[in-house]
Amino acid sequence: EPLIPMESSEAEPSESRPEEDGAAPGNCLAKKMEITVSEAEKRTGRNAMNMQETYTAYLIETRAVESQNEGQCSPVDSLWRRYSEFELLRNYLLVTYPHIVVPPLPEKRADFVWHKLSADNMDPDFVERRRIGLENFLLRVASHPVLCQDKIFYSFLTQEGGWKEMVNETGFQLKADSRLKALNATFRVKNPDKRFTELKHYSDELQSVISHLLRVRARVADRLYGVYKVHGNYGRVFSEWSAIEKEMGDGLQSAGHHMDVYAASIDDILEEEEHYADQLKEYLFYAEALRAVCRKHELMQYDLEMAAQDLTSKKQQCEELATGTMRTFSLKGMTSKLFGQETPEQREAKIKILEEQIQEGEEQLKSKNLEGRDFVKSAWADIERFKEQKNRDLKEALISYAVMQISMCKKGIQVWTNAKECFSKM
Amino acid sequence: MYFLIFFSMPFPIFFSLLAAPRPHNPPAHPPQRGTPLGARRKRAPGPPRGHTRVPSPPFPSLPFPSPPEPSRAEPCRGQVARAAAAARGRAAQGRSRSASSAAASASSAAAWQRGGGGQAPAVATQSRAEPSRAEPGRASSGRRPPAPVAMSGAAPGAPKPLPSSGPKSLREMPHPLATSSSEEMGPALSPSPDLLLPRGIADKDLSLPNGTPVDTSSPASSSSLLNRLQLDDDLDGETRDLFVTVDDPKKHVCTMETYITYRVTTKTTRAEFDLPEYSVRRRYQDFDWLRNKLEESQPTHLIPPLPEKFVVKGVVDRFSEEFVETRRKALDKFLKRITDHPVLSFNEHFNVFLTAKDLNAYKKQGMALLSKMGESVKYVTGGYKLRSRPLEFAAIGEYLDTFSLKLGTIDRIAQRIIKEQLEYLVELREYGPVYSTWGGLEVELSEPLEGVSACIGNCCTALEELSEDMTEDFLPVLREYILYSESMKNVLKRRDQVQAEYEAKLEAVALKKEDRPKVPTDVEKCQDRVECFNADLKADMERWQNNKRQDFRQLLMGMADKNIQYYEKCLTAWESIIPLLQDKPETK
Repeated sequence: EPLIPMESSEAEPSESRPEEDGAAPGNCLAKKMEITVSEAEKRTGRNAMNMQETYTAYLIETRAVESQNEGQCSPVDSLWRRYSEFELLRNYLLVTYPHIVVPPLPEKRADFVWHKLSADNMDPDFVERRRIGLENFLLRVASHPVLCQDKIFYSFLTQEGGWKEMVNETGFQLKADSRLKALNATFRVKNPDKRFTELKHYSDELQSVISHLLRVRARVADRLYGVYKVHGNYGRVFSEWSAIEKEMGDGLQSAGHHMDVYAASIDDILEEEEHYADQLKEYLFYAEALRAVCRKHELMQYDLEMAAQDLTSKKQQCEELATGTMRTFSLKGMTSKLFGQETPEQREAKIKILEEQIQEGEEQLKSKNLEGRDFVKSAWADIERFKEQKNRDLKEALISYAVMQISMCKKGIQVWTNAKECFSKM
Repeated sequence: MYFLIFFSMPFPIFFSLLAAPRPHNPPAHPPQRGTPLGARRKRAPGPPRGHTRVPSPPFPSLPFPSPPEPSRAEPCRGQVARAAAAARGRAAQGRSRSASSAAASASSAAAWQRGGGGQAPAVATQSRAEPSRAEPGRASSGRRPPAPVAMSGAAPGAPKPLPSSGPKSLREMPHPLATSSSEEMGPALSPSPDLLLPRGIADKDLSLPNGTPVDTSSPASSSSLLNRLQLDDDLDGETRDLFVTVDDPKKHVCTMETYITYRVTTKTTRAEFDLPEYSVRRRYQDFDWLRNKLEESQPTHLIPPLPEKFVVKGVVDRFSEEFVETRRKALDKFLKRITDHPVLSFNEHFNVFLTAKDLNAYKKQGMALLSKMGESVKYVTGGYKLRSRPLEFAAIGEYLDTFSLKLGTIDRIAQRIIKEQLEYLVELREYGPVYSTWGGLEVELSEPLEGVSACIGNCCTALEELSEDMTEDFLPVLREYILYSESMKNVLKRRDQVQAEYEAKLEAVALKKEDRPKVPTDVEKCQDRVECFNADLKADMERWQNNKRQDFRQLLMGMADKNIQYYEKCLTAWESIIPLLQDKPETK
């Protein structure tokens, strides 16, 4: 069964166990187990409505990591899962660990495509990139100090049959906050923690800027593709031209060949760039996960405020009944004034009920307060962890992007230098 | 006796003698340069060629308007010519494809071209003893006068203007620096002293009737010599004696119009120029005038193209820096090509263009000139059907067709690439700043993101420069060559017409029996024209081919270079931010 999410000691293992940058805590699953999503397969089957459907299944392979090896390889376990099961897992984690920034899944549908990329879910390139994304998701969860200990997660990796039932039995769907409630809370909360408000703004803006970046990048890729491919026409025309030339012929012909090479090189370049785009996308979706944590806080805070407000009004009522004065206007007070007073016994009974309620309320408020503070504490710890991870990952992504650009420039120099040499021999 | 004659003869005659009796050793220079040019010229003073040339003794039978020099009548040569003409007449009947065209120019080759080594520039100038057999290798390329002879070949004695030939002689032109009065262009103007600049090797032997030194006048040897010298100028620039540059564009605003003038600077040691240096200002219409004049006066030669005359107002700003600079480069190229041409560079109009302070005054005078010369200069156009085009000209024609097609394709591709690059640039310009915006959101990532943004900005600048360079340097040269091809095709057509006329007349003659042994001068004139044209054209074609190769080599290497520079700039930008990205903040 899932751990109680509020245990702050569990939420901060990284403090008790200082690791080097980027390494997951030593006790997490990723250290004990090798996880890969190694294959993808097209399947057909019947869905819930008993209709035929085609979907892709992914093979998850796991193997225990033996720290002391006598050269033995432990056996590989494997099972097949489809995307919807991954979604189910993630939803479970979201509900069960609302204070954690839960790693996102790769996109459900191809988005931010440029014309060469297919928007088709069944397209092999898309499937391949999704496979990588799913593996990345599992590794992220497995290296998270809190999430990696979840039993449902473990079963997801190891237990083929009956996993779905197991998840549903946890009843997590019932615990899920309704969207409407959350939206309401967002608008009406009076005193949320300032840090969460800032974080909310940050995640909104991050989503916006990364979306913009991905859109423009896709257009850039499109245009660059066009530039390279048109150069292929030079190859053809130089070849045709060389046929009517005597001395110039050879140089032209071989230069044309280099133009063809140039035109063909863009395919690999842009394929590599897609990985960069995928890295950006992960953080685009991470921004959504951040937002979810903020929403949870707002909800809890709103709940707290409502409970406090309710308590205050009850206390007030009690006081009014006891003292017989009417501080604030109430319909009840009016009617009782108009239509006669209650008997002292009735009043006593009412007061008694109220006092009980007040006591309950005060206890509830106390525990809610505690909950809220714990949530803030543990959430903020995870958020700090997330920030570090994000800075590391994005720096790496930018470096690898720069490296890609450098490689592209070097290739360009090479091709044009070769062409220039051919021209010089004309 | 023979010996005396030998030295007092103008060299063309010398050559005809030389060629007939014994083989001639070609000099060391590569034979393909300027060959046919020379070949034709030596033979007859005959047809109006539109270039300055020595008034070599005409055929006795030629009704050429120029007063013949009695001392120069060469029976020997005439006989050879007549015999050859007769042979031609016979051959014309038989009419094989190569024979007729070969016949047309063969006689000149036959007459004095024995033993010329080097390449045979195809059929038309193949020397042959028999009309029906073409002999490659004995081409007019063989004609390779030893240099000293060239010097002495000038028409001895009377400078004789040739009203029906080429441009007005310098002598007859008012000197730009002399008192300007529109003088009547008569054949017997006394030359102003400063126009006559004999080279000093020998006296009047060295100057043409029109005052140009012999180097250029004696067509065959000297022009071929010059061809060799001037075509080799990429190897040894010291042999060049004329340098022309176009620069310093300036805008002039007048009441009627606004226009741009360019400074044309000339430096020369040539005798035709009074001063070693000139600097004048010219506008586009002056260049256009020059080109027209050259086309009129040298119709057998390829005249380099000018950049396009008309620009769509509103689309292109004809006063923008880029446009003016592109045009300036093209005008400079135009003049340099003329400068490099062994015949065109001595053209009088060219000289005036380079030197006259008031070109407009000269232009007005030139109008009167033209009408007199126009008739003889202009060939008959149209009306004659060509029977068989010499293989080489057919080949050139086909080559040009394909060549201009391919150039057109390359032009379209280059334009497309520029267009795609500019669209890519538009996207990049939006892309870079987004990283900057993101950097504003972040703390630790702020610098790396700003760095990436700046880097992309640098790449944008580099790309912009690349596109500009291609637009300004690459496309105009391509287009120039397309124009060049077009004008070359026109010249080829003209040549065809000249040949067709000749063939038609020849056929007419052949049918009439009574004109036997005597070939009508009319027909001979045509024949001369054809041969001259073929020779000039071939020489120009070869030069053009060579220049084309160099021009395109340079052009394409330049294109490759610009792309290399673009990528190097981008590479530098990206490499420089790697350390920035890898930087770890001090406080962790």
